[in-house]
Amino acid sequence: MSFFTEIGRYIIFMSFVFKRPDRRKVFYNMLMREMNLIGIDSLLVVVLIAIITGAVTTVQTASQLTADTGFLPPNLFPLELVGSVVGSSSILELAPTITCLILAGKVGASIASEVGNMRITEQIDAYEVLGINSAGFITLPKILAGIIVIPCLIIISNFLLILGGLLAAKLTGVMTIDQYINGLRSSFVSHYVEVMLIKAFVFAFIITSLSAFQGYYTKGGALEVGEAGTKAVTRICVTILALDLVVAKLFL
Amino acid sequence: MIRLEDINKNFNGKSVLKGISAEFLPGVINLIIGASGGGKSVLVKSMVGLEVPDSGKVFFNDLDFHNLDYSKKQSLRKEIGMLFQGTALFDSLTVEENVEFPLLMFSNYSKEERMDKVNSCLAKVNLVNVNKKFHSEISGGMKKRVGIARAIVMDINYLFCDEPNSGLDPLTARVIDELLKEITQEYHITTIINSHDMKTVKDIGEHIFFMHQGQKWWEGSRENLPMGQASNPELNAFVKASF
Ligand SMILES: Nc1ncnc2c1ncn2[C@@H]1O[C@H](COP(=O)(O)OP(=O)(O)O)[C@@H](O)[C@H]1O
Ligand SMILES: [Mg+2]
Repeated sequence: MSFFTEIGRYIIFMSFVFKRPDRRKVFYNMLMREMNLIGIDSLLVVVLIAIITGAVTTVQTASQLTADTGFLPPNLFPLELVGSVVGSSSILELAPTITCLILAGKVGASIASEVGNMRITEQIDAYEVLGINSAGFITLPKILAGIIVIPCLIIISNFLLILGGLLAAKLTGVMTIDQYINGLRSSFVSHYVEVMLIKAFVFAFIITSLSAFQGYYTKGGALEVGEAGTKAVTRICVTILALDLVVAKLFL
Repeated sequence: MIRLEDINKNFNGKSVLKGISAEFLPGVINLIIGASGGGKSVLVKSMVGLEVPDSGKVFFNDLDFHNLDYSKKQSLRKEIGMLFQGTALFDSLTVEENVEFPLLMFSNYSKEERMDKVNSCLAKVNLVNVNKKFHSEISGGMKKRVGIARAIVMDINYLFCDEPNSGLDPLTARVIDELLKEITQEYHITTIINSHDMKTVKDIGEHIFFMHQGQKWWEGSRENLPMGQASNPELNAFVKASF
């Protein structure tokens, strides 16, 4: 199927999703369940990845800045610069993008196979026979849960990235903690935080909606459900990276 | 009463339903039989609105289902129950929550009233002490029963069953058949069952429709099934192959 037909189908799907939910109480319960699934279940992996990435970025940036390449005199840059590079790239890129690529693999794949399974076991048909707008009933709580929870995960990730860098500075001794913190402070741009939040909301929407879309139109059996999961992950990752560039270009 | 008028349906240029007209009366078991791929499921899906026929009409009493406005269609839908081939139980919900679901969405009953209704439906299908189990924890026959309970919880007038016996052992299959017959007579609802099981035909079939390659090939009562007559070789072959 061509790229444009797929986009058309996605837009039609989304037009079904954004209708008023049938029953508030049922919707609320589903929202809570989804927030748990997305938030609590992903917390540990997000924490681990953030600390490690922060540490690696610090060590590597320090090494890059002090490397003697013969082109620039060594020690041209103050080590404080490491803190500012880690701080800015965490806010702008690492926290939103790395976290969401991880979540694409975790949340995206699980939503796509959950919804795909509902399709092949006729649960979606069962909703439709009852007169329930199945696309909205299933997807809206997931999208809303994602938009609430994923930005929180990204903010947590951001703090831990910077903390990971600080731990690396202390443990490896590439620089002092004072140098790291001074660097962080001196280059803090509050607008970057806004850009991070914009990315957070956009990516959260993409992860949840694209995976539900992929699952909703599953045809066949267990094999195709698995395929829907993998396909969802690839598409989400590519879309996130493309939109990463778009947001950066528009808002920086 | 359900009446079909000249239903046609194509998939990608392939004709799957060819000019089907029929009438299904309440209080009796209407059986649609025929080999796999004959169009039974598509026909039932066209009646409940999961597929839209390319042409033709589906009447529930005097209501033209596919041409009703939204709110009339929604209220008619509350009179329709369906038992799916794979039961289609909601796997994030317990047995009890599955049966409660239509009430939760569409009735204004209190929690106690809903639970009374749920428990009486579960008792109707002879299911006790499984209220809190999930669908992965109960047997195939029990799943069908939960599916039936969920289908009838809304005081329906029309019940559709797609292959209610598929995947069941012969004994359980007979129990499910009898249950469907009992419900149909007691509530005097219009029941339409898809099946390729001749045992079902013999045990509970009252009005029988034989589908062959998308056409209504034969229609009549069980007693009039043309056993061994040369006049209808396709039906004969189907009947014979089942013994
Ligand atoms: N959604 C669909 N898209 C394309 N072809 C379909 C679809 N649903 C059913 N068919 C085709 O219609 C024919 C009848 O199918 P079906 O009604 O499931 O048969 P039965 O229930 O009698 O076994 C089959 O050839 C099937 O491949
Ligand atoms: Mg079928």
